[in-house]
Amino acid sequence: MAEAKPTPQDVLHRIQHSPPRSDWMETPVEIRKGMYCYAANPKSVATLGLPHPHAWNPVEDDWHLPENWQQIIHEGFKERLERFRSFKVFMDICVRCGACADKCHYFIGTGDPKNMPVLRAELLRSVYRNDFSRMGRILGKLNGARPMNFDVLREWWYYLFQCSECRRCSLFCPYGIDTAEITIMGRELLNLLGLNIDWIATPVANCYMNGNHLGIQPHAFKDMIDFFVDDIEEKTGVRVKPRFMEKGADILFITPSGDVFADPGTYTAMGYLMLFHYLEEKYGLKVTWSTYASEGGNFGFFTSHETMKRLNAKMYAEAKRLKVKWILGGECGHMWRVIHQYMDTMNGPADFLEVPVNPITGTRFEQARSTKMVHLVEFTADLLHHGKLEIDKRRNDYLNVTFHDSCNPSRGMGFFEEPRYVIRNVCNHFYEMPANTIREQTFCCGSGAGLNAGENMELRLAGGLPRANAVQHVHRKYGVNMLACICAIDRAALPALMDYWVPGVQVTGVHELVANALNLPGQNERTTNLRGEEFEELMAQAEGHTDEG
Amino acid sequence: MKDKRWIVTGLVVFLLIVLFPFWYNRGRAVPPPEVKLTEKAKAEKECVLSRDYMKAEHMQILDLWRETVVREGNRIYTNPKGREFVMSLSNTCLDCHANKAEFCDKCHNYASVRPYCWDCHIENPKEAR
Amino acid sequence: MNKRYLFAFLVVFVLFLAAGLGSAVGLQWLFGVVIPYAAVIVFVAGFARKVLNWAASPVPFAIPTTGGQGRSFDWIPQAKIDNPSGGWGVLLRLLFEVLTFRSLFRNTRMRLKEEKIAYQLEIFLWVGALAFHYAFLTVLLRHTRFFLEPTPGCIQLLETLDSFFRVEILYPGIQFGLPAVYLSGFVLLLAVVYLTLRRILIPAVRYVSLVSDYFPLLLIFGIALSGILMRYVTKVDIRAVKELTLGLVTFRPTVPEGIGAVFYIHLFLVSVLIAYFPYSKLMHLGGIFLSPTRNLRGDTRAYRHVNPWNYPVPVHTYEEYEEEFREKMIEAGLPVEKELAEAAQEKE
Repeated sequence: MAEAKPTPQDVLHRIQHSPPRSDWMETPVEIRKGMYCYAANPKSVATLGLPHPHAWNPVEDDWHLPENWQQIIHEGFKERLERFRSFKVFMDICVRCGACADKCHYFIGTGDPKNMPVLRAELLRSVYRNDFSRMGRILGKLNGARPMNFDVLREWWYYLFQCSECRRCSLFCPYGIDTAEITIMGRELLNLLGLNIDWIATPVANCYMNGNHLGIQPHAFKDMIDFFVDDIEEKTGVRVKPRFMEKGADILFITPSGDVFADPGTYTAMGYLMLFHYLEEKYGLKVTWSTYASEGGNFGFFTSHETMKRLNAKMYAEAKRLKVKWILGGECGHMWRVIHQYMDTMNGPADFLEVPVNPITGTRFEQARSTKMVHLVEFTADLLHHGKLEIDKRRNDYLNVTFHDSCNPSRGMGFFEEPRYVIRNVCNHFYEMPANTIREQTFCCGSGAGLNAGENMELRLAGGLPRANAVQHVHRKYGVNMLACICAIDRAALPALMDYWVPGVQVTGVHELVANALNLPGQNERTTNLRGEEFEELMAQAEGHTDEG
Repeated sequence: MKDKRWIVTGLVVFLLIVLFPFWYNRGRAVPPPEVKLTEKAKAEKECVLSRDYMKAEHMQILDLWRETVVREGNRIYTNPKGREFVMSLSNTCLDCHANKAEFCDKCHNYASVRPYCWDCHIENPKEAR
Repeated sequence: MNKRYLFAFLVVFVLFLAAGLGSAVGLQWLFGVVIPYAAVIVFVAGFARKVLNWAASPVPFAIPTTGGQGRSFDWIPQAKIDNPSGGWGVLLRLLFEVLTFRSLFRNTRMRLKEEKIAYQLEIFLWVGALAFHYAFLTVLLRHTRFFLEPTPGCIQLLETLDSFFRVEILYPGIQFGLPAVYLSGFVLLLAVVYLTLRRILIPAVRYVSLVSDYFPLLLIFGIALSGILMRYVTKVDIRAVKELTLGLVTFRPTVPEGIGAVFYIHLFLVSVLIAYFPYSKLMHLGGIFLSPTRNLRGDTRAYRHVNPWNYPVPVHTYEEYEEEFREKMIEAGLPVEKELAEAAQEKE
């Protein structure tokens, strides 16, 4: 590393929230290293049959666009206006009151005025006014209208991939204007020119062909799970027996592939396996995994509505093929927005499935009546509520836990109490972050919507600042040392964020906490947690910390 | 589609509300009130001040009179033409305009104005006496 | 940047002068009758067109912004307004949004100090916006006295309430307060001034503001100011004014003698606002009702939202998947639909 990484203090003091002197339309975009993700690999774009796969580089002056690219954008814009009332209304009714401005984590972290949601939307609105409104065209720049040109396109690309579609701004907007929706449309338009980023395009191609974003082939997927099985046996003395693509199982389980691939998600995956083993041993519930539908996440959502639908279709298709009763989904953020708000509409009706009923508690999941897919956390909450899990909370006593609400389950679902109920029932020490940073007002991890690449780390750390700052608050105040979440991207992104801003706080999925506390039938003494750390040491450390405090 | 029905209904209701005065009046003629002058008023030809001033701003001079009489104890008003008047709503104004209902009230009702003059002053003090 | 509000100010000023001069040179019919009629026609047609144009685009997906706990188990209380689960809930959410600006009420201001980010309650925009809209509504309703004869009792009641606070000033040279002071007019004026200053003085807001943000504010400022001038300062023959306005709504247009220029300025600015309305951001009046993040129920897993243009898409099927990985799957002990031999046979 040639350049020294700036210290958090430096970064904090450098952030300027006052806008520059030059008008935003007169300020050309500078595509800066560390803030953008690499261009999509044309092979991945071609795999999906998406338009105009080509090699290009964002920092070069020629993006090798098709000859008629302006026309493609104009027609694509028009088509989307005709298909989405949301887009039309959001283009028309913004009054630029500025309530959204300081609600965006990227604006808070970067101070770049074009990261104010209102201005991000104006990037598209300016072209909309020029192309689709007479009044706008007549007044021109004076009224924020401008024709589409290469500079505008570069601006679109740069800033639409600096939005994580977290919807925090839409919560504060008096008209509910949703920048996520605008970003989704903008990215669709960029995709018409083959201008995706590789961190999205390649996972999407992988998911399409191999069933998951990481491109893990079926046998390798099974290998990884088998590895967890060994690991669990080592730590608990119990050998769990996961089922794969078993026809006639009760439930199909789908989780983001990140959980089987990267720490600390892997521990969450082990948690799933242990829970399912417990339920099978105790109550005979059969849960099956699938390698074909081995991805809960859906980076297609960050590409286009159509691509989202193409990837999502596997969930129902596999459930139908395996003749399960209903589907259970793992801990993931945008996956749950897709399931909660899109899946049934796109690929339903799921009339081949049953209305989900928990056979152990008899609870009918009315909230999932039509979509027939249940969130694992609500499933576990139901089990705990009925006392169906044998829990020893003491195994989590070395933890002071706080909970990070992920954007999508928060503002695209309203999933707040379930995870908290589960955490409180498996941990003794739980502390909330400040009210303006949790629940519906939660902040993004800074890496959502396909932006958790390595090359844009500066953007990710800046975007994660508000979240990290809130964690730091409870870290100092209550000695919080564990940040729980229910999102695979969080689990991948937050550790880097914590290492930078709040060293000493680790990240976990909720089901890792559940599994740590869950008493498996026939288990050994359980001297370590799932991460292989000795409880005795951990407890001693935790006490030491308390003494200091 | 169901939501279009809602939208059109909402739009129609909104426009009906906005255009309420147009359809409520149904194009009927609403002539402005004709103010009736008593014989005495007619004979006077001109009021305390000019006709145009009195039409739009009589409340101002009444206000001034009240102030002058109540606070300063001065009862005589001299108009620009040099003519003197006793500053009194009941005794001067209503002397000519004895027909309050046909004179004051007509316009006030038309313009939806409810002056508080009559909270204290009775309509026709001479008859009451 | 100053260009933007200066331009808007200039336009309003020119409009002001145009009406003033126009009525002075005998264009009363134009400013008193022709333009108001034209403005109403433009408003009605433009408003309907815009809303129907919105309605013409479907809502393919249910994308409410869920602002609270969703419908869950019986033992988890639901945020019934911010995350509604039925028609009534949605209606309530919309009503709160429209009548109380519930989302704006959440507003906070972010402050970065001493390496700590704080979020403070920021209530002024909400207060200003609420004051502005309710004052405007009151003013509008009060003005129906010029279009209805007799003036309905409820409007009279509103007038009485609006003028409950008596302000009368009488010094040599200064006389104010008769006819009775309507608070709404002054609240409107103050709120407009606040919203305009806020736009000009807060750097971030100035940075994003366009001519079309300043123009309506300044126009409304002009309207409120001319109205207040007419009522409290220059005075106008109210009987003649009502004769004109009633003439408009009864389709018997007439231009009585002796109405001052301020009235024509006032009426012209109002006409411009009305005509401008459907082609501007002011359409948020209609748009808020059609905002899919606010007007849809949040329990989207419990009912199916239908997308009218849902079309079939190419999908990588399980059969294709197994075809590619059959050997490896069998080797790894994963179940398959067709054994190797069977698949080979089919290929032949």
